[in-house]
Amino acid sequence: MIRVAVQESAIDIAAEHAVAERADAGAVATFTGLVRGDDGVTELMLEHYPGATERALEALCAEAVARWTLAAATVVHRVGPMVPGDRVVFVATTARHRAAALEACAFLIDRLKTGAPFWKRERRGVDARWVEARDTDDAAAARWL
Amino acid sequence: MAIELLYFAWVRESIGMGAETVAPPSDVVTVSDLIGWLTTRSPGHAAAFADPARLRAALDQAFVPLDTPIAGAGEVAIFPPVTGG
Repeated sequence: MIRVAVQESAIDIAAEHAVAERADAGAVATFTGLVRGDDGVTELMLEHYPGATERALEALCAEAVARWTLAAATVVHRVGPMVPGDRVVFVATTARHRAAALEACAFLIDRLKTGAPFWKRERRGVDARWVEARDTDDAAAARWL
Repeated sequence: MAIELLYFAWVRESIGMGAETVAPPSDVVTVSDLIGWLTTRSPGHAAAFADPARLRAALDQAFVPLDTPIAGAGEVAIFPPVTGG
């Protein structure tokens, strides 16, 4: 089962985790990304490409399900304005055993950072700027090729 | 042939709009050609597209390299490298 959601509302981790739990699987691995406020960021705005975003996330989930024989894969990504501490992204992978669940979870978060059309704009007080893509993210995504 | 263009993030802000419909001439073959042709439309286009190395593209919602031919595409999106997650 693949669940992909791109939403402006807060991510309900308990509800998403309940969806990820399956009677025929022994492991659920999850990753939660939060808005960092440690360098003066007061607001994070997430823009995306409606339609293409969902399509890219569904393709990544399908790849993870096939590669690690998952029972389920979930990606929920928030868009719009957020503040430090808010959840930006939640990934859950469900498998028979932990190794597959943990690896597939890392694969999904590494690949979605470079392979799905989201753009972050940080605000610090009155100053707003678009976040630059990082080479370290490309390297993290490339290790799964 | 008319093509629907979509712009995101600072590309959208520089151009001043998120979408427009254009009909490029027949010598515009690839996404790179299209970007070069678009620079003549306004100072905002010229600023957004000044450095193609900072641009990425999608044809009909699928990511493609900039040397990809645009023939047959109905929707072309041009945007900066993505920064989600």
